[in-house]
Order: sequence, then C-alpha cells, then structure tokens
Amino acid sequence: MIPLTHMLFFTTALFLIGLYGALTRRNAVGILMSIEIMLNAVNINLIAFSRSLDISAEVAQIFVIFVIVLAAATAAVGLAIVLSIYRNQKTIYTDEIDLLKW
Amino acid sequence: MTLFGSIGTISLYGILFALLITAILTVTVRNLFHSAIFLAFTLLGVSIVYFFLRAEFIAGVQILLYAGAIMTLVIFAIMLTSRISDPSVSQSNHQRFPVLILIVLLGSFLILAIAKTPWQISTSLKTTNAIELGKALMGEFVFPFELVSIVLLIALVGAVVVARSDR
Amino acid sequence: MDQIFVSIKHAILNLAQTFLPDWTIILLSILISVTAIAVFGPVTMMYLTLLERKLVGRIQNRYGPNRVGFWGLLQPLADGVKMLTKEDIVPANADKFAHFLAPVVIVIPALLIFAVIPFGRGMVAVDLSIGILFFLALSSTTTIWIFVAAWASRNKFSLLGGMRSIAQMISYEIPMVLSIVPVLLVVGSFSTVSIVEAQSGLNWFVFTPWGFVGFLLFFLTGVAEVNRTPFDLPEGESEIVAGFHTEYSGMKFALFYMAEFMNTFSISAIVATLYLGGWQGPFLPSWIWFFIKTYALIFVMMWFRGTLPRLRVDQLMGFAWKFLLPLALVNILVTGIWLEFKTPLNHVVTFAILAFCLTVLYLVNKPEIPKKRIYRYAYQD
Repeated sequence: MIPLTHMLFFTTALFLIGLYGALTRRNAVGILMSIEIMLNAVNINLIAFSRSLDISAEVAQIFVIFVIVLAAATAAVGLAIVLSIYRNQKTIYTDEIDLLKW
Repeated sequence: MTLFGSIGTISLYGILFALLITAILTVTVRNLFHSAIFLAFTLLGVSIVYFFLRAEFIAGVQILLYAGAIMTLVIFAIMLTSRISDPSVSQSNHQRFPVLILIVLLGSFLILAIAKTPWQISTSLKTTNAIELGKALMGEFVFPFELVSIVLLIALVGAVVVARSDR
Repeated sequence: MDQIFVSIKHAILNLAQTFLPDWTIILLSILISVTAIAVFGPVTMMYLTLLERKLVGRIQNRYGPNRVGFWGLLQPLADGVKMLTKEDIVPANADKFAHFLAPVVIVIPALLIFAVIPFGRGMVAVDLSIGILFFLALSSTTTIWIFVAAWASRNKFSLLGGMRSIAQMISYEIPMVLSIVPVLLVVGSFSTVSIVEAQSGLNWFVFTPWGFVGFLLFFLTGVAEVNRTPFDLPEGESEIVAGFHTEYSGMKFALFYMAEFMNTFSISAIVATLYLGGWQGPFLPSWIWFFIKTYALIFVMMWFRGTLPRLRVDQLMGFAWKFLLPLALVNILVTGIWLEFKTPLNHVVTFAILAFCLTVLYLVNKPEIPKKRIYRYAYQD
C-alpha cells in the first residue's frame, strides 16, 4: 500500500527510539520496555519485507511468531530478576546497583 | 477506487505517525506507569500495522501475547517495585546527549543505506493464512518449534525460581 | 423474513448508488454496519440491566423496578440520565491521566468484539479470517485496564480488587482458549461464519460428548472472564466496597458498567456461535434463533447471579487450575480421537473417557470438610 522504503524508514525510526530508551533509561523495567519496542520494529520489518520481496510469507510469519514468543520469555525472566534485585537492594535504578558483591 | 485506496494510505501514514509519537512518549515520560500505558498503545498500534500488511494471524497473536500477557507482566513488575517518590526523580541518566548524537549518526547511515539499495519489489504480493502457517510449523519448522517450547518451559521454571522469596 | 436486514441494507445502497460515486458506496456500507452495531450495543446493554434487575428481583421474591414507565421499561433511560448528571469525583491523590483513561479504553474491546459475531445468515459485520482469535485477543486486553483503574485510584480496596481481578482473569483465560481448540479442530478455520456453517441443520456441536463438555467449560470460563457471580470477587459488593471501580462515579462508572454488560452479551453470543449452532435452526428466521440462544444463555447467567454465593479466592483459583485446565486438555484429546476414528463406537468411547476424567477430577478436588468438634466442659461429668 505504501512504498517499501517508507515502511523501512518508519521501522528504522522505531528501532532508534527503542535504542534511545534502552541506553538512557535509569529504571530497569524502563529498559525492558524499550527492548520490546526494538523487537516490535524488527517484526514489522520482517512482515514488510515478506510482503514486497520474493520471500515466502510463511517463513517471515513463523520467524515473527518465534520472535514474539522469545520476547515473552525474555520479559518474564528479566522481570523476575528485577524483582529479586528489588527485594535485596530496595532499588531498581541501574546507576544505584553498582556493587559487585553485596 | 483510487480515492478509497488513498483513504487507506492516508490512514496508514497517520497510524505510523501516531505510533512514533507514542513510542517517543514511552521512552521519555518520567512516570513509569504512564510509560507502561503508552507502551500498551504502541503494541496495539503495531498490531494495526500488521492488519494493514495483511498478516492477520500475526496481528491477532500480537494483541493476545503482547498487549494481553506481556503488558500484564510489565505492569505487575512496576507495581511491585515502585517507590512513592518516583515521579520526582529524573528518569534519564546523564548519557542523554551522547546517545542522541549516536542515534542521529546511526539513523542517517541506515536511512541512506535504505534509500540507495535497489529493492526488487515483486509484483505478486504474498499473503498467507493460519492453515498454511500451521502446516509449515508442523512440517518444515517442527524442530525450531519444539526447541522454542523447551525454551519457554525453561524460562517459566527459571522465572519462578528466581522470583521466589528466600525464606 | 430471514434476510430482512440484509435486504434493507441492499435497498439503501441501491438507492444511494443512483446519485453517489462508486467509492462512497463502500464507505456507506461500512457506515451502515458500524451504525447498526453502535446503536445495538448500548441499547442492548441498557435493556440487559433492566432485565437483570427484574429477574434478580423475582428470584428474591420482589418486583424489580416497575415505577418508571410501564413494567419499568423507561428505567434504563432514568439510569442513564442519573449517571450523566452525577458529579464526577476524582480523588485528590489519584493519577489523573490513568484514572481518566481506564474506563475509556475498557469499552473499546467490548465494542470491537461485535464486529465478528454472526447475527444471522449473511449478517456479520466483518468476515475476518481470524474471527475467534480476534475475540480471544480482545478479551485478554481487558485485564490490564482493570488494573490501571485500580492502581490509579490510590485506594487499598481498589488495588485489592484489581489484583484479584487480574489473577482471576489470567487464570481463566487458559481453559477458555483450550476449550475453543476442539471446535477449531473439527471445523478447520478460525472464521466465525464457517464455524456456524459447519453446524448445519441440527447437528450442533453441543450434542456431541466433547461438544457438551466444551460448552460447559467455555460457558463457565466466560462467566469468570466477565467478572460475574459466582466469580465476581473483583467487584464483590459486600466485601471490598466496589472493588476496582470504587472511586469512579457518574459517566466513568457508566462506562465500566456498559463494558461489563456488553462483554456479557458478546460472551453469550460467542458461546452460541461456537457450540450451540449460531443462527442454525429449523423453522424460524436465522436472526431470531440467534437471539433466542444468546438470551437463553444471558438468562442462565442472571439466574446464577440470583442463586449462587460468591466463590472464595482460593476456591476460584483451585477450580481453574486443578479442575478446568486438565478437563480442557482431556477434551482436546477426546476430540482428536473423535475425528480420527470414525467408527460408530465414537460416542460411547468419548463419553466413557470424559466421564472417567470428570469423576477423577471431582474426587481429587473434593473440599476438605473438617470433622465436627466435640466440646468437653470442665464442669460436665
């Protein structure tokens, strides 16, 4: 419906917004949210390519399903780690967790 | 029909623009809870983009998993790890300016690379439906499918073990 | 008579085609469907509230509302006027943005589900190829907005109600999704139109063993998803004031109420579509059959409300994880057996397996009733 290059510009912008969030957020949960934005940008990229180029549509969509599922697993384990850090140090700001052993 | 097609195009551009705005709000808002709400909107917007790209099954899975399940996890984690004095604390560390420069450089490089590549747009736009996906998952891709289910099992058990209280 | 609504819509479109260009016809047809749903949804919700109050009143041996208009028929209008003119109180400490956003966004999935429900032969708003998946996805997004409403109110009772609500809704989602799988196995497609057409005549899915168990499973989990009695712990009126919508008044409370009743209607409609044969039926027009089945299920839900006490939170979770989930898995297995071995013994074998599984699960989950205590007093000999 719109040219492929415009879609790719959009996903590049989304990916870079997620990258900005992952590199500048202090809060660990905020970093995880930015990583989810990055993964979504990649997924849109895959579907846009499969629609316009000569890649078979099943491969791209199965790839996207696997990325979504693994992002869910990442979020689950990551948030469990954040919870256990909070329980020990009472903080989740990444610049306050600076001890190698507590 | 061309005017109707252009209504579709205009609305797609509008949704892409709104998605960029909600994504920017997600990464810059101070209050973490509001940031999670904007993330939920971003994920719903991404699923609308999938509907436009005729990948309907993926759109349904995106709403079901991302906006339904992962957002519940994220909001629970925010609720369990929040402090009362949160909104007055700055949410961005002091690396803001170097990261902005990096993003501008990286962005211009990527956009130049995308604009200069000769994409071979094929004339037949491919779509697929859930039945073909099911056959491919059980046929050609059965090994990654089983592997991903084992990874999910490990992640589930691992998350429960890590988040258990130490008593 | 069967196609009366479809022919009305075609008549309007033909009338418009004489003096409007072609592309507006498509827009007009979309607009007619959307207007029909947007009028039908809230009007249904209003008269469902009246039906519930009169029914629960009769069960409790009293009349329901019968003063406003004949038989209380204008009561929903009076309720609407009351809710519109009430003062909109927002607590001083509340998170204003989230407090405002939660009731607005919670109505959106409730309305969107109406787009895939087949109201009659050829009367579905959008024939999506992923109809049932769309319904499942939208009903699972409701959970976080309930929690946003609870968290933004900064109220202990709201938070407690919100957490119980999330625990209940995500626990009951899994048996709900698993109880839809047998229907998908037999039909082979997600689209609601093809699911209804696969139950032609009178061989509805509910008359088969796996269909009957699946119907009960899906209906019970649907009642739990909508937060109705006996699963209405999140908004239990005698326990935690009003749960997650304690701090909402006026139009925002009306939006929550509207979302709950529209969800009730759409869950009943989807149960009727999946298991009871949708609009299939012998003599009457298709849409009359659909409304009969849907309103019969809504009547059963309101009957539950007037009769059953509320489940405790551990009973609720135990019911979902220890009883419904294994039953749903065995149901899928039994459907596979039904499809693969097409012998005349199918009914007997599947019925036997399901009966065995039900008995085992019942015996495993029997509640622990402690023995009657015998008191001995010091001065008694």
